[in-house]
Amino acid sequence: MKALLLRDLKLALRAGGGFGLGLAFFLIVTVLVPFSVGPQSELLSRIAPGVLWLGALLACLLSLDRVLALDWEDGTLDLLATAPLPLEAVVTIKAAAHWLTTAVPLVLVSPVLGLMLNLPAEGFSWLVVSLFLGTPALSVIGTFGAALTVGLKRGGLLLSLLVLPLYVPTLIFGAEVARRGAAGFSVETPLLMLAGISAATIALLPFASAAVLRVNLR
Amino acid sequence: MSIWKFANPKTFLTTTERLLPAVWALAAVLCVVGLIWGFFFTPDDFRQGASVKIMFVHVPSAFIAINAWFMMLVASLIWVIRRHHVSALAAKAAAPVGVIMTLIALITGALWGHQIWGTWWVWDPRLTSFLVLFLFYLGYVALWAAIEDPDTAADLTSILCLVGSVFAVLSRYAVLFWNQGLHQGASLSLDKEENVADVFSTPLYVCMAGFGCLFLALVLYRTGTEIRARRVRALMLRERMVA
Repeated sequence: MKALLLRDLKLALRAGGGFGLGLAFFLIVTVLVPFSVGPQSELLSRIAPGVLWLGALLACLLSLDRVLALDWEDGTLDLLATAPLPLEAVVTIKAAAHWLTTAVPLVLVSPVLGLMLNLPAEGFSWLVVSLFLGTPALSVIGTFGAALTVGLKRGGLLLSLLVLPLYVPTLIFGAEVARRGAAGFSVETPLLMLAGISAATIALLPFASAAVLRVNLR
Repeated sequence: MSIWKFANPKTFLTTTERLLPAVWALAAVLCVVGLIWGFFFTPDDFRQGASVKIMFVHVPSAFIAINAWFMMLVASLIWVIRRHHVSALAAKAAAPVGVIMTLIALITGALWGHQIWGTWWVWDPRLTSFLVLFLFYLGYVALWAAIEDPDTAADLTSILCLVGSVFAVLSRYAVLFWNQGLHQGASLSLDKEENVADVFSTPLYVCMAGFGCLFLALVLYRTGTEIRARRVRALMLRERMVA
C-alpha cells in the first residue's frame, strides 16, 4: 500500500505529472472573478468564501481524469486488480494520492488568494479548516466518477456531469462554514456536517468505486 | 405466480402487450377527465385566481418525477442483486420519462411562480433540490448513452443510481439547511388534518392517477422497445458470424 502511494505521489510530482496545473487553474479562476464582477472590495469580500470554494472544487474536478486514466491506458490497473491488494484499498490510495497532490496545495495557497479577494480577517482560519475537511470528500467522490468513466474514450465532460451533482452537499456545507466564519457567526453545525460527509464518503464510497472498477476491468 | 416470472423477456412482452392498450386507455381517460375537470370545472382560488390551475399539471409531474427515480432505484437494485435484464432495461426506459417530468415540473413551477411570487426562479430548497434531481437524471441518461456494451452500461448505471440516490437525499437536506424557502410545504398528505380543499384535491388525485398510468404505459412500452432492440442486435450479430 505504501509503495503504491509513494509511486503515485512520485508520478504526480515529477515532470509530466501535471502537478502545478491544478494550482495554476485555481489562481486563474480567482483572478478572473474580479474581472467579471468588478473590483469593489466590499462585494469581493462578501463573495470570497464561495468563490474560493468553487475554485478549489473545479481545480479538483479538472485533475480527476488523471487519477485512473493513465494507469488504465498502460495496463497498471489490470496488474493492480490481480495483485493481493484489494481493489477497495487501491481506489482509496488513488484518492489519497489525488488529495495529497491536488487538494492539499490548494488548501495551502487558499489564504493567499483570500487576501487577493479581500476576505475578512476572521474568515481565513475557517476557510482553511473547511477546505481541509471538505476536500477529502471531493477526492473520494471524484475517484468514484473517474472509476465510472475510466473506460470511455471521451469521458471528460461526462465525468463533470456525473461528479458535479454529487459535489452539491459538500459544497453547500463547506462554503457555509467559510461564509459563516468570514461573517463571524457560529460554524459548528455546518462544520460537523462537512466532517460527517467527508468521513462517510471516505468510509463507504471506495466500495462503490471498486465495484465500478471491477465492472470496467471485466 | 410470482413477479419474477416477468424476468423472462418473452413473458414480459406477451403480458405487457395484452396489458398496454388498457393502460394507455386508462391513462388517456384519467388525464383528459382530470385535466378538463381541473381546468374548467373548479372555482378560481380567491387569492390566486385562475393560475391555481397550473397545479393540475405541476403537482402530478413532480410526483412522477420523484417516483420515477425511486422506481429506477428499485429496478437497479433488482439488477444488481438478481441480474434480470428486463429490470435493467426498465430502469433505462424510465430515465428519459423522468427527465421530461422533472422538466415539466420545473417549467410549470416557473410559470406559476412568475404569476404568484413575481419571479421565475428563486433558490428555494424545493426548487433547488428539483434542479439537482434533474442533473442526476441527466448524468444517468448520459452514462447509459456513453457506454457501448449493454451489460457494462447496466452495471455502471445501476451503481450510479444507488450512489446518486444517497447523494440526492443528502442534497435535499443540505439545501434545506442552506436556505429557507418560498415554496409551500406539502399540501397533500395522508396524515394531516388540513389539506387542499376537496373541490381542488379530487380532480388533482384524478390527474395524479392519470400521470401515474401514463408513466406506467410509457415505461412498459419503452422497456418492450429496448428488449426488441436487444434482440435485433443479437440477431444481427449472429448473422454476421454465420456470413
